[in-house]
Amino acid sequence: MSSHVQPSSRAGTFVMALYLAFLILPIYWLVNMSLKTNFEINTTVSLWPNEITFEHYIKIFTDSSWYSGYINSLTYVALNTIISITLALPAAYAFSRYSFVGEKHLFFWLLSNRMAPPAVFALPFFNLYSAIGLFDTPWAVALAHCLFNVPLAVWILEGFMSGVPREIDETAAIDGYSFPRFFIKIFMPLIASGIGVAAFFCFMFSWVELLLARTLTATNAKPIAVTMTRTVSAAGMDWGLLAAAGVLTIIPGALVIWFVRNYIAKGFALGRV
Amino acid sequence: MDKPVNNAAWLLVAPVFLIVAFSAILPIMTVVNYSVQDTFGNNQFFWNGLGWFQELLDPSTELGGRFLDALWRNLLFSAIILAIEVPLGILVALSMPREGWKVAATLVIMALPLLIPWNVVGTIWQVFARADIGLGGWAINALGIDYNYTGDPLAAWITIVVMDVWHWTSLVALLCYAGLKSIPDAYYQAARIDGASRWAIFTTIQLPKMKRVLLIAVLLRFMDSFMIYTEPFVLTGGGPGNATTFLSIDLVKIALGQFDLGKAAAMSLVYNLIVLALCWVFYTVMTHAGTERRQEENPA
Repeated sequence: MSSHVQPSSRAGTFVMALYLAFLILPIYWLVNMSLKTNFEINTTVSLWPNEITFEHYIKIFTDSSWYSGYINSLTYVALNTIISITLALPAAYAFSRYSFVGEKHLFFWLLSNRMAPPAVFALPFFNLYSAIGLFDTPWAVALAHCLFNVPLAVWILEGFMSGVPREIDETAAIDGYSFPRFFIKIFMPLIASGIGVAAFFCFMFSWVELLLARTLTATNAKPIAVTMTRTVSAAGMDWGLLAAAGVLTIIPGALVIWFVRNYIAKGFALGRV
Repeated sequence: MDKPVNNAAWLLVAPVFLIVAFSAILPIMTVVNYSVQDTFGNNQFFWNGLGWFQELLDPSTELGGRFLDALWRNLLFSAIILAIEVPLGILVALSMPREGWKVAATLVIMALPLLIPWNVVGTIWQVFARADIGLGGWAINALGIDYNYTGDPLAAWITIVVMDVWHWTSLVALLCYAGLKSIPDAYYQAARIDGASRWAIFTTIQLPKMKRVLLIAVLLRFMDSFMIYTEPFVLTGGGPGNATTFLSIDLVKIALGQFDLGKAAAMSLVYNLIVLALCWVFYTVMTHAGTERRQEENPA
C-alpha cells in the first residue's frame, strides 16, 4: 500500500466535497444562464433552464467581432509564452550554474517585476507602444506581459535546472559537445517537465490578465475579455450573451488543465520542494 | 552554494535583462518624468517639483486622504484574504483524496478557477451574487437576510472576499499539496510506530515540509491581492461609494479616467516603492529559509 499522505478520513472527504461544491456552484450558474433566454433570466431564478436555447452561442460563433476576440487573445498568449520561455531558458541556466557580478541583485530585480502592479504600467505602456507603432497589435500585449512572465519563467526554470546534477554538464563538455548542442540535445530534454510547468504558468497569467490587454488594444487586436465588457445595449444587459461568452473563455483553460492533470502536483512545487 | 564564478554568464542573462529593462525601466522613467509636473491638458506641462509627493503623503489633502484610505483598505483586504486562504488551503491540501481517479478529478476542478480570465471571475460572481438574477444573492435574500452588494458596503466587502477565496484558495492548496507529496512514507511509518497523534504529525512532519511552498504561496497571494484590480472593478466598480476602491482601482481612475498624469505618476511611484520594499522583505526571508534547508541537508 502506498499511502503518500495520511490515510484519508471521513472528515477529509467532507471538507473536500464542500470545497468542490463551492468551486463548482458559481460556474454551474454561469453555464445555466448561458443556456437560458434573456426573458427567463430576468423573470425567474431557476436551477436549470426551462427551455434550453443556444441562441447566445450561435450569435458568438457567427459574429466576427465576437470570435475574432478569441483569436486575438490566443495569439498574444501564444506569442508571449514562446518569447518568455525562449529568453528565460539561457538566463535560468546562468542563474542555476554560475555566480557572477550582480547576480543576487539582478535576480531580485527580475522577481520584483513579477510583483509590480500592472496598474502602474498601464499609462506608460500606452505611451511606449504608441510611440513605437505597436499599439493595437498582439505584439504589444505579448511584450507587455513579458514584464511579469519572463521573471516568473526564469524563476521556475532555475528551480528545475538546479535539480539537475552539474556533473552532466561536465561530462558533456568532456565528450566534446559545444554549449548550444549540449543545451538543446541533452539539457533541455532533462528539464522538459520544468519547461512544461513554466509554459503552463506563462499561459495562465497571460490568458487571465485584462488591464494591460485592454489598455494596449483598440479594435484590431481586442481580446475576448474586452469584447465581453461591451454587452450593455439600449435594451439593458444582455446577460445570456455575457454568460455564454464567459463559458467560452473558461474552455481553453479547462482544456489545458485536462492535458496536464497528471503533472499538476509536481508542477505546482515549481521544482522547489 | 559553490557555483563557479563566471562573468560571461551575463551573456546568457542579457536577453532577459534587455526585455525586462525595456518593459520596466523605460516606462518607470516616463512615470518619474510625469510625477514632477502638472498638466492642464493640451500636452502642456509645468514643473511641480515634489509637490505631488508632499500632497500624497499628507492625509489632510484631497489626494493624500484618498491615497491613504485606499492603502489601508488594500492592506486590510490582503490581511483578511491571507487569514482565510492560508489555513483553508492547508486544510484542503490535507483533505485531498489519496489515490485513483478521484485525485485527477479533484485537481482539475481545483485548478479551474485559476485559469479563468479575471474579468470573467468578476462576471461569474456578478451573475451569482445579484439578488435579482443570481442564485447566491437570491438564496441569501430568501433566507430573510437583506443582501445587496451594490448598495451595502459590508455586503460588497464580503462578496469580494468570498470571490477571492473562491478564485485563489486552490493556488495555496495546490502548493501545499505539492509539499505534502514530497514527504516519504517512512516518515509516517515512524510516526505511527511512535504513536504520534494527528496533530503531532501535522506540526512536526507536514508543516515543516510545507514551509517553503507556504512562503511562496503567501508571497504570491499577498502581492497579487495588493495589486487586485479587475475582479472588484467588474463586480463593484470600486463602490458603493469608495468602499471597495483598492489602490490599483484608484490609480487607474486618476490616470486613465481623469488623465491627471502628475498625480497618477506620483502615486504609481509610491505604490511601487511599497511593493518593492515588501517584496524585499519576503525575498530575504525566502532565501534565508533556502540556505537553512541546504545546511540541514548537507551539514558540515
